[in-house]
Amino acid sequence: MTARIGVVTFPGTLDDQDALRAARLAGAEPVSLWHRDKDLKQVDAVVLAGGFSYGDYLRAGAISRFSPVMETIIEQAKAGMPVLGICNGFQILTEAHLLPGAMLRNNHLHFICRDQKLRVENTGTAWTSDYTEGQEIEVPLKNMDGRYVADERVLDELEAEGRVAFRYLDVNPNGSLRDIAGITNAAGNVVGLMPHPEHAVEPLVGTGKTDGLGFFTSILKKLVNA
Amino acid sequence: MSLDTVKHASETPDSEQPWKELGLKEDEYARIREILGRRPTGAELAMYSVMWSEHCSYKSSKVHLKQFGEKVPENDAMLVGIGENAGVVDVGQGYAVTFKVESHNHPSYIEPYQGAATGIGGIVRDILAMGARPVAVVDPLRFGAADHPDTKRVLPGVVAGIGGYGNCLGLPNIGGEVVFDECYQGNPLVNAGCIGVMKHEDIHLAKASGPGNKVILYGARTGGDGIGGVSVLASETFDDTKPTKRPAVQVGDPFQEKLLIECTLEIFKEKLVAGIQDLGGAGLSCATSELASAGSGGMRVELDRVHLRDATLSPEEILMSESQERMCAIVEPEHVDRFLEICEKWDVIAVVIGEVTEGERLEIFWHGEQIVDVPPRSVAHEGPTYHRPYARPEWQDALQADDAGKLPRPQNGAELKDQVLKLVSSPNQASKSWITDQYDRFVQGNTVLAQPEDAGMVRIDEETNLGVAMATDGNGRYAKLDPYTGAQLALAEAYRNVAASGAKPLAISDCLNFGSPEDPAVMWQFAEATRGLADGCLQLGTPVTGGNVSLYNQTGEVAIHPTPVVAVLGVIDDVNRRTPIAFAEEGQLLYLLGDTREEFGGSAWSEVVHKHLGGMPPAVDLDREKLLGEILISASRDGMIDAAHDLSDGGLVQAVVESCLRGGNGARLVVPEGLDAFTFLFSESAGRAVVAVPRSEELRFTDMCGARGLPAARIGVVDGDAVDVQGEFALSLTELRAAHEATIPGLLA
Repeated sequence: MTARIGVVTFPGTLDDQDALRAARLAGAEPVSLWHRDKDLKQVDAVVLAGGFSYGDYLRAGAISRFSPVMETIIEQAKAGMPVLGICNGFQILTEAHLLPGAMLRNNHLHFICRDQKLRVENTGTAWTSDYTEGQEIEVPLKNMDGRYVADERVLDELEAEGRVAFRYLDVNPNGSLRDIAGITNAAGNVVGLMPHPEHAVEPLVGTGKTDGLGFFTSILKKLVNA
Repeated sequence: MSLDTVKHASETPDSEQPWKELGLKEDEYARIREILGRRPTGAELAMYSVMWSEHCSYKSSKVHLKQFGEKVPENDAMLVGIGENAGVVDVGQGYAVTFKVESHNHPSYIEPYQGAATGIGGIVRDILAMGARPVAVVDPLRFGAADHPDTKRVLPGVVAGIGGYGNCLGLPNIGGEVVFDECYQGNPLVNAGCIGVMKHEDIHLAKASGPGNKVILYGARTGGDGIGGVSVLASETFDDTKPTKRPAVQVGDPFQEKLLIECTLEIFKEKLVAGIQDLGGAGLSCATSELASAGSGGMRVELDRVHLRDATLSPEEILMSESQERMCAIVEPEHVDRFLEICEKWDVIAVVIGEVTEGERLEIFWHGEQIVDVPPRSVAHEGPTYHRPYARPEWQDALQADDAGKLPRPQNGAELKDQVLKLVSSPNQASKSWITDQYDRFVQGNTVLAQPEDAGMVRIDEETNLGVAMATDGNGRYAKLDPYTGAQLALAEAYRNVAASGAKPLAISDCLNFGSPEDPAVMWQFAEATRGLADGCLQLGTPVTGGNVSLYNQTGEVAIHPTPVVAVLGVIDDVNRRTPIAFAEEGQLLYLLGDTREEFGGSAWSEVVHKHLGGMPPAVDLDREKLLGEILISASRDGMIDAAHDLSDGGLVQAVVESCLRGGNGARLVVPEGLDAFTFLFSESAGRAVVAVPRSEELRFTDMCGARGLPAARIGVVDGDAVDVQGEFALSLTELRAAHEATIPGLLA
């Protein structure tokens, strides 16, 4: 048996096909979800993929957060359904208050696309159990508004609770506070990060590494064994 | 102002009309009156002025361009040739690929961000209109001197515009060029290319046939941006004394374009369109007249139905507006409802603005009153043709006599080392990653190779691993020395780059950037370059599928270097067999393929060390290029080489440094017998590549080269952490990396 992983397409979502492919390569059944449709088609987990939903107008993720599909996702996530937000998906999760903090424009003011080293800081989440604590992985990073910020109290709380899931290594590519690349909610079912694990799932394309596949095998194992 | 209807125009034959302000010449205006048998209405004048502009009508260039249709090589791959939105070639397994390169030069100088952004938008819609899903973009760019203050205005804006638009569309940017030369100071060249993929049966053409079929305009609302952009901007030389032309540059909305792409692809999938055309230069004037002209009958359009961003626009302005992100489709009546439904799903506005008619006239109405009544062919396909005078410039002989071979050369290892460092850190030869890192190269998850590789490559079928590759090249310095040879060198280099990646070159698109056609010297350069390109394509067996001409790239009397940019498209059956440039494995043997001669005319060395441009460009031998290509492709397919890098500007040393830095390994080089170290390192002889051969494959590889008659000289080994030219000098990778990577951020960041 396998699990159904849904990937939402908002207007302007770009990496939905990549996320569906990654889910498939990990052995899951990929399911496309549509932003206007509240029905999650009985998926077991949801990926909010990267892109520029609604053109990043107003603020990245600010409009998508109010789409019909998000009503169900917010409700289900609070009830424990695993949700992964990648890049624009992470931005949507913060706008939806499923994760704390916000993303500002990169401190150098340019779009940046690079192979990025990360350290996996928390392997207790639904999406990271296939990694080892402290493992260094390399996945593509590409964003304009990727600078993670939160107030000191929230940052301290995230650190204290082990909720910083990923940190940038070698280079902090966008000025994120405390080198934070990704975080999890307290329950560990909702994870968001700026880099793109779905672009690092095949040896041939992308960075040439498969370091991102672990996100999808992690969730699959969790769902199948549940 | 009252409406200038057809009736009114007939009644007032002597009304003064602003034909001159719209960029028309006196004889052109007279011809319009002759065609119509009366004076044109304001709306008709607007249409003719944009469609008969240089940019749309190719009036100065088409007598030369027709060679591309005459000197056509035998090539089974060609499915759709010149004349459509873009050419289409067969890449096997039922797939067809469409690709094209276009210019957005003038707008990008005036408003770098929007000029470059809408350049991407336009080329992507051209590809989409053929029925294809766009899968990648490339950007050949040329700017003024890297250290000129205005370059710091233009370049970051252009790069941000390309990134801002392309990244938001979800198209990987996989290649292109960045070149600096003071000749582009007031005339940057911002060319953009796009590749699209479809199944053979999905090819769509731009024609309106079938009376009763509906004309649907869909996409963004029409606004006042880009009005007259074509005629006023692209077809006139910049001149400091005229008022600023900013309002003529269009403003792009990539989010709208992304929706338009997905919406259009869904419409294609359900086979709902009989014909389709994008709205680019000349907007609705172009789309309606071209669709009607290419179809069987006439067309009737109710212009007041067009959805507007600005309700005060006049009908003339609506016809001329170049608002972005719009398409025009011809749809059979029974499909209209479903068509509109799909548009609604994607939040795309769609309006039926007219229908295909029995007649042979394009008729346009404004609130019931007729404002246009023209034969569409006269607008779209029967514009003026100029046989512009051309003459070899008198300075050409002196330029060619100024032999770069006579320039002082480095005398010892220390001087060689110094000049190598100068070369690899010069703006043209330095790493461009500060620029290309602002583009998304990963999106869609099919990018196999991207810059700084020789060619960009994307997988187009996940099951079979079929892929396509593209390289774009041009060298204005070579073309200035000899336009015929220069154009062939651009073709040869792009061809070689594609072959070096392991893909088989199939066909080309070109973007021909030149000065004013009213200057006989420029026209001579253009005639020579097109002749060179057409002859070269015939010899290489790679047909020209389409392209673009950009003239008037000059400031005052001074034209840019003639700059034909060539994009070569190739196919690879299995992308797993692609060849990267990186020297990734220590111990592998380095072979130099081809003949190295003392050729320094137009070279990077002559520019960097001596600020010199003179002599003759490297000689071209296209049969040799073909042989080299075949060897590179066979060796890649059969696993005989692990890395390949074409040799072009900067010569062998530039290629070796790039491959070493990319792979993180050094190289020990030995100057082969019969060559001096300087010629070995800096010559820019064409038809060459450097390859890394695993020791186990050496015999098989050299046997193949020997049997096919391709010179292959063993020049060293991948080893250590320096580029070490034995007996001459060594440069550590750390020092090389610092020199190679610091220049561009230092100038522009």
